[in-house]
Amino acid sequence: MLVELGHYALILALLLAAAQAFFGLAGPALQRERWLAAVPSAACGQFVFVALAVGVLVHAFVTNDFSVRYVAENSNSALPLFYRVTALWGAHEGSMLLWILVLTLWTMALVARSRYLPPAFAARALGVLGVISFCFLLFTLATSNPFARLIPAAPDGNDLNPLLQDPAFAVHPPILYMGYVGFSVSFALACAAMIEGRRDQLWAHWMRPWTVMAWAFLACGIALGSWWAYYELGWGGFWFWDPVENASFMPWLIGTALIHSLAVTDKRGLFKSWTLLLAVTAFSLSLIGTFLVRSGVLVSVHSFAADPSRGIFILILLVVMIGGALALYAWRAPLMKSAAGFDFISRESFLLFNNILLTIAAAVVFGGTLAPMIADTLGLGTLSVGPPYFNPSFLVPILPMLSLVALGMHARWRRGGLKEARRPVLLALGAALILGLALSLGVYMHPLTLTPIGATVGLWIILAALIDPIQRLRRRQRLPASVAGMSIAHIGLGVFVLGITFVQSNTIERDIALKPGQSAQLGAYQFRYDGGQDIEGPNYEGFRGKVTITRNGAPVSVLYPEKRRYLVQGTVQTTAAIAPGLNRDLLAALGEDVGAGAWSLRLQYRPLIRCVWIGALIMAIGGVTAVIGRRQRGLAPQDERLALNAGAAHLHGEGGAR
Amino acid sequence: MTPRRRRLFWVLGIVAGVGIAGALALRAFQQNVMFYFDPSRIAAGEVKPGQRFRLGGMVEQGSVSRTPGSLEVRFVVTDFKHQVAVRYDNVLPDLFREGAGVVAHGRLDASGTFVADEVLAKHDEKYMPPEVARSLQAGKSAAAAPSGEAR
Repeated sequence: MLVELGHYALILALLLAAAQAFFGLAGPALQRERWLAAVPSAACGQFVFVALAVGVLVHAFVTNDFSVRYVAENSNSALPLFYRVTALWGAHEGSMLLWILVLTLWTMALVARSRYLPPAFAARALGVLGVISFCFLLFTLATSNPFARLIPAAPDGNDLNPLLQDPAFAVHPPILYMGYVGFSVSFALACAAMIEGRRDQLWAHWMRPWTVMAWAFLACGIALGSWWAYYELGWGGFWFWDPVENASFMPWLIGTALIHSLAVTDKRGLFKSWTLLLAVTAFSLSLIGTFLVRSGVLVSVHSFAADPSRGIFILILLVVMIGGALALYAWRAPLMKSAAGFDFISRESFLLFNNILLTIAAAVVFGGTLAPMIADTLGLGTLSVGPPYFNPSFLVPILPMLSLVALGMHARWRRGGLKEARRPVLLALGAALILGLALSLGVYMHPLTLTPIGATVGLWIILAALIDPIQRLRRRQRLPASVAGMSIAHIGLGVFVLGITFVQSNTIERDIALKPGQSAQLGAYQFRYDGGQDIEGPNYEGFRGKVTITRNGAPVSVLYPEKRRYLVQGTVQTTAAIAPGLNRDLLAALGEDVGAGAWSLRLQYRPLIRCVWIGALIMAIGGVTAVIGRRQRGLAPQDERLALNAGAAHLHGEGGAR
Repeated sequence: MTPRRRRLFWVLGIVAGVGIAGALALRAFQQNVMFYFDPSRIAAGEVKPGQRFRLGGMVEQGSVSRTPGSLEVRFVVTDFKHQVAVRYDNVLPDLFREGAGVVAHGRLDASGTFVADEVLAKHDEKYMPPEVARSLQAGKSAAAAPSGEAR
């Protein structure tokens, strides 16, 4: 009975989404004040009913209601309570529900902040969100109803995929979705601006915090996913250029470009139509990402094998939403002309380069991700594209982009050059060069050609990002949140570049068969296999090995890698053991019993791998700092409008150039 | 510089940049794309000598054998019409088993054995890569091959 109520709540949410879309879009067009007032109420009601539906499904999981098909397929009475809750987004139907819940959360956030916006503009943006929500609710109800009953009820459930029985999995999808779906707000604001045909650039100012927040969430989500893959898939890789990883990475790249181009639009009124196009693209890529993951057209670890009708449904949604937005763009973009100009070496030109290069990078990823699908459709054979394509092709636009970051941060708006920032920036370059060479040639030996370059660029970005805060501190000036946020985010980028550089050039991996007592040498570290024993867990059985690691005879760590067999599904799973460290990770994973008392083992040494995730986290913290700082300046609505006119205070606005 | 010349300069720069990046990406693409072949197409001689490709099919029942105490493992991949012997010198993935679908990356050696440098079976156990499912169905086996249906 409760389950049917959940289903009913979802249908009510669909109706309210339709109301939100209709009143939001038609109200301002027909100038009906009372219709405008209905929009936030419809949005709130929709949120309440979606939350209710989610609550009902969680309740079904917690109480082991195996008469619900989705619960029976993805849970089990032996599953720990925590994972019974997170199993909610363990498969297709539930993750669609999560997608919608996150969308309504963002909608509620926009409702809460809409008093800072002109009422008609806010209503239009909410109307666009209503359209998106309506489409996804319709999709869920029509093709993937999580409340479908299983008659007769299963005696026990099929268990959650063991890979997903992990704490990181509890947070990875929600945070990733917060990022993915967060771009819907930028999209909605862009559409609202285009519908109104606004000639000013205030919409860019309104869009900035939303974009930065979504971008920060997405960075965290991607980093969490990479970290989860690293230790949970058991084989030590942290990025596979898997279609689904790419699907989350492309919106992030375009989102990064969007943040930077918004800075120009907000500050100088330039690049308006380009910014709008990026806002539309970022969310379109999120939608395409959803399509890639859900339709099963691409082979990936994440593919839920799905029925083709879903794929076609999503394809239609894509065409309607993206096509609609692009048509709107084609109609309205010519209005968004700006007359201002700028010098060749100025903040604007660096940000333009940033945008071009990031867009090319996203295109490179896009081409590689979709090529197999296109070739297959055209009958050119079944092909696959992997890291040998992505790694070098991605570097072509990204390396120049990274090399320009330090200069771009300090270039002045509008006209010429670096001026007083020239000396510290060049000093930072010198220091980065010396440190980078020392690190790559001295500390980490046998480097590739790219190692010193990557190290220098990473360090240069970090040092250049520190110049501004240090100068302000020395002059006892206030450090605005926008400048602090930008510096922090760029430091994060530098840390990330350093991490990637060394983990790519100095990782040591060995697959080897060892008998108890035998050992293998990886760089300075010696891994000794000390045998193992059978183990038994709550819903699995398995084998636990013992690997003792020493460095020049001194003990470093003892690792207990496991091989588990989950009883319900019979799946075998490798659980790697990792000795983490800021400067390096050591990993041991069990392969299988290869006979004669030996086990095959995968052993790895990965320097600075933590910097990859920490860097992403720092970037996100930088973004959040800029947004929250801006809010904490505690502006009452009128004050904020004044501030808007003054064009003050944002992520990039004041960085470096005064 | 007049505004028009400046604009021309920008446009030329951007076109050149995009062009170079595109050309490089295309080159990397051509060199690194891997095609998929099943045992029947290999038997038909469609694979160029020395070409690196993906082999897909089902691991034949009873075909897995290993050299005790070492990593080397041999097995046979079948599409129910033709067979290809595979040698692999690394740790096999968790979901690798006889009678299950598999995709391997590698090359054929002179004797016609497929030397794999990577074996993939990373999907959940009921999931079959679409191209493998197609190969197996085309192999008109009496035993209805599992399709991509799961969950």
